[in-house]
Amino acid sequence: MTKVSMTVNGKSVSGEVEGRTLLVDFLREGLELTGTHVGCDTSQCGACVVHVDGEAVKSCSIFAAEAEGAEVTTIEGMAAPDGTLSPLQQAFQDHHGLQCGFCTPGMVMSAAALLKENPRPTEAEVRDYLEGNLCRCTGYHNIVKAIMAASGQEAAVAAE
Amino acid sequence: MPKDFGIGANSKRREDVRFLTGDGRYTDDINLHGQAHVAFVRSEVAHGRLKGVDSSAAEKMPGILRVFTAADLSGVGGLPCGWQVTDRHGNPMLEPKHPVLAEDKVRYVGEAIAAVVAETEAQARDAADTVIPDIEALPAVVDMKGAVAEGAPLVHDDIGSNLCYDWGFVEDNKAAVDEAFATADHVTSLDLVNNRMIPNAMEPRVAVGDYSRATGDSTLYTTSQNPHVIRLLMGAFVLGIPEHKLRVVAPDVGGGFGSKIFHYAEEAFCTFAAKALNRPVKWTCTRSESFVTDAHGRDHVTRIELALDKEGHFKAIRTDTYANMGAYLSTFAPSVPTWLHGTLMAGNYKTPLIYVNVKAVFTNTVPVDAYRGAGRPEATYQLERVIDKAAREMGMDPVALRRKNFITEFPYATPVAVQYDTGDYIATMDKLEEIADLAGFEARRAESAKKGLLRGLGVNCYIEACGIAPSNLVGQLGARAGLYESATVRVNATGGVVVMTGAHSHGQGHETSFAQVIADMIGIPEDQVDVVHGDTANTPMGMGTYGSRSIAVGGSAMVRAAGKVIDKARKIAAHLMEASPEDIELKDGKFTVAGTDKSVAWGDVTLAAYVPHNYPLEDIEPGLEETSFYDPANFTYPAGAYACEVEVDPETGKVTLCSFAAADDFGNIINPMIVDGQVHGGIAQGVGQALLEGAAYDASGQLLNASYMDYAMPRADDLPSYVVDHSCQTPCTHNPLGVKGCGEAGAIGSPPAVVNAVVDALQRGGHTDVTHIDMPLTPSRVWAAMQG
Repeated sequence: MTKVSMTVNGKSVSGEVEGRTLLVDFLREGLELTGTHVGCDTSQCGACVVHVDGEAVKSCSIFAAEAEGAEVTTIEGMAAPDGTLSPLQQAFQDHHGLQCGFCTPGMVMSAAALLKENPRPTEAEVRDYLEGNLCRCTGYHNIVKAIMAASGQEAAVAAE
Repeated sequence: MPKDFGIGANSKRREDVRFLTGDGRYTDDINLHGQAHVAFVRSEVAHGRLKGVDSSAAEKMPGILRVFTAADLSGVGGLPCGWQVTDRHGNPMLEPKHPVLAEDKVRYVGEAIAAVVAETEAQARDAADTVIPDIEALPAVVDMKGAVAEGAPLVHDDIGSNLCYDWGFVEDNKAAVDEAFATADHVTSLDLVNNRMIPNAMEPRVAVGDYSRATGDSTLYTTSQNPHVIRLLMGAFVLGIPEHKLRVVAPDVGGGFGSKIFHYAEEAFCTFAAKALNRPVKWTCTRSESFVTDAHGRDHVTRIELALDKEGHFKAIRTDTYANMGAYLSTFAPSVPTWLHGTLMAGNYKTPLIYVNVKAVFTNTVPVDAYRGAGRPEATYQLERVIDKAAREMGMDPVALRRKNFITEFPYATPVAVQYDTGDYIATMDKLEEIADLAGFEARRAESAKKGLLRGLGVNCYIEACGIAPSNLVGQLGARAGLYESATVRVNATGGVVVMTGAHSHGQGHETSFAQVIADMIGIPEDQVDVVHGDTANTPMGMGTYGSRSIAVGGSAMVRAAGKVIDKARKIAAHLMEASPEDIELKDGKFTVAGTDKSVAWGDVTLAAYVPHNYPLEDIEPGLEETSFYDPANFTYPAGAYACEVEVDPETGKVTLCSFAAADDFGNIINPMIVDGQVHGGIAQGVGQALLEGAAYDASGQLLNASYMDYAMPRADDLPSYVVDHSCQTPCTHNPLGVKGCGEAGAIGSPPAVVNAVVDALQRGGHTDVTHIDMPLTPSRVWAAMQG
């Protein structure tokens, strides 16, 4: 067992992990941050996306030990401390960008990273960026719409 | 303008806040004190004799608690099948035992052979890897027609055949149908495959069993669409636990699409093992396991024939289908290719004679059961494909041919035993022509041609039967359960309302839409209404959510229960205002004596019900809580018309979906935003089936694409934005809300639209010999078709 320490959602945390412990398992089991989900075992679905030092990372694809000393943000760290949703989260609710909610944490974390890199993406750029995030419920229509709206491009949102 | 609250409002979903902040509580988020973990040892061969299991190495591994095989499950029954189909000759279907852990044979890759329980999940998996099953491999049967050929290996030796049933419907029509074909002016026939789908809800299945020695109570937390059904099936048939000693909880569930209806072996094992080991036992499915253990969908091989007169009137339909059951009968599997498929073969059209034959076949593959649409997509696909082919053969416009044959008068009794209560297929087709701009297609085609691309247009209709189902009818058809739904409406003293429903939301947004209905009925804000579901301990016995039944059946139960509550509250209000109950009106959260300015607020009446100081105790009991069980009088019949445009690259065969438009008639709508979302998701699943997805088994029964590396799930960049419209509304005539259900329409209506469009593109591009390509329309299949 190895000790790991990192900052998660602004809080210093540490724990004992096996060498093979994935970051997602450390978050879910070690820290009980169960908002980050596991939807596959081949790093395709994107339900586990978190930010590590500001970059979107599939937390099933790195070991917990690799995040030693890193700044990690999970879905639990996206709303304001009083619970107010971030504009991106709010756009997902306003535009019905989620149904069962299972892919949602990863979608929001990926979308947040996209908007940081590219604050006013085209619809095609949004769709291209989300190729690593699977959703089975929404057909992506309203996810794309929510992200476009969150980027201030409500008018560019495709017609209903 | 949509309303700002209640029925018809685009109320934002209240459940979103927890899902958007990581505060959802899915089954895998549940960890009980002292919990152990199980990993299953699964068969790697499709068919073989199981001669023993060597777990000696596993038993010495760190953290191991116990290795279970079938021999350790004494007293545990097989997984039951909930529907018995009777064949053409009046005999019951063949129904083999479906064990929790394999007994004498393994019958598909993925079947559980042993269960390894350890302190941690990693320890359980490590130990499971060391368990060696001794299997004498046998030839596998994978192809359905091969499975019923003379001398084929038997999946189940004891039942003597791989033919589960040979079903004819309507058997009495057969001779007349054959006669109509013999004398028809034109017959179009089409052989097609409805490809096997893997449901792929994003949340893999999870089960956590718990047991209290002190009380003898068992609890199962599970990823289910219908916790009461699981309690009934597992308690009564598998483990022998009466309902009052068994609680089943399905908390937040991450999508189902049918795959979480069924009772699975892992649920029974975790519940059993929790008692055997006297500690909680948890199983979390990996995605790779999901591919080989979640019941698959579709997998029909069909010949359909359509007889027409020379003007293009449909005279008869005849179909011959092989339907894959997989290795065992999953919970509702026998009903899917029969009663959920044959009864829909009339579609939106006046066809006087129909005969459907279905041979259900056992193979060495994962069990097949209901998947979004369940039988209805299979019916729609055949019918809408053969109509397109007939139009081409007869030189008629495919839309005009459909219009010529539309049912226009309702109620309409089909020749396949159902009665459509209401609909307007002309209106939805008119709406489709408008929203899809069908008139502008030719100009768009010319633009595509300039880029060297072949553009095609596919149009089709669909009808489905939702709101399953009248219990007395389905009982006659072989269902081993009633299909009512339940609701308890509990009003608290200060006027807030809690609805406890037997329906279950796993993405559909019931917590919001059900609350909209109650808020509308009483005239109180939606946030005064909470909706509870998913726990047998605090909801009335209900049959759960599938078949687009929640609002049509569960919503009706809720309206009935709320009606009883309001009737009682009206009596209390009458007492308080010294008026007659008949004169009391409820509006905007206030009871008023008609024609006067006397009123009393909802909250004052509810308070009186619980603090009955001034109360007619001699006539009515205190409290304000009522339950209803609603059994529908008929199915509901949502219908619509869909259009899709594609571009085909003639060099590579790659199909690009350019646009998709859907005009649906769902009757009355509770939350238009949610309805749009349901249609979007359904379309994506149907397009996935048409262009990308499909389970690929090799001849030895190995599933070749059992991961997201290999199974092509639709991604955001595979799909366009959709144009959806549900302004055509013919309300259902037999339920109180006039609703029909919208959950499956997209998945039912979209596959034929896509295939029609691709065939159209090829035809217009000069490939006039291409009349059909089987799904999924991958570049290689389309390219091969173009090469002749």
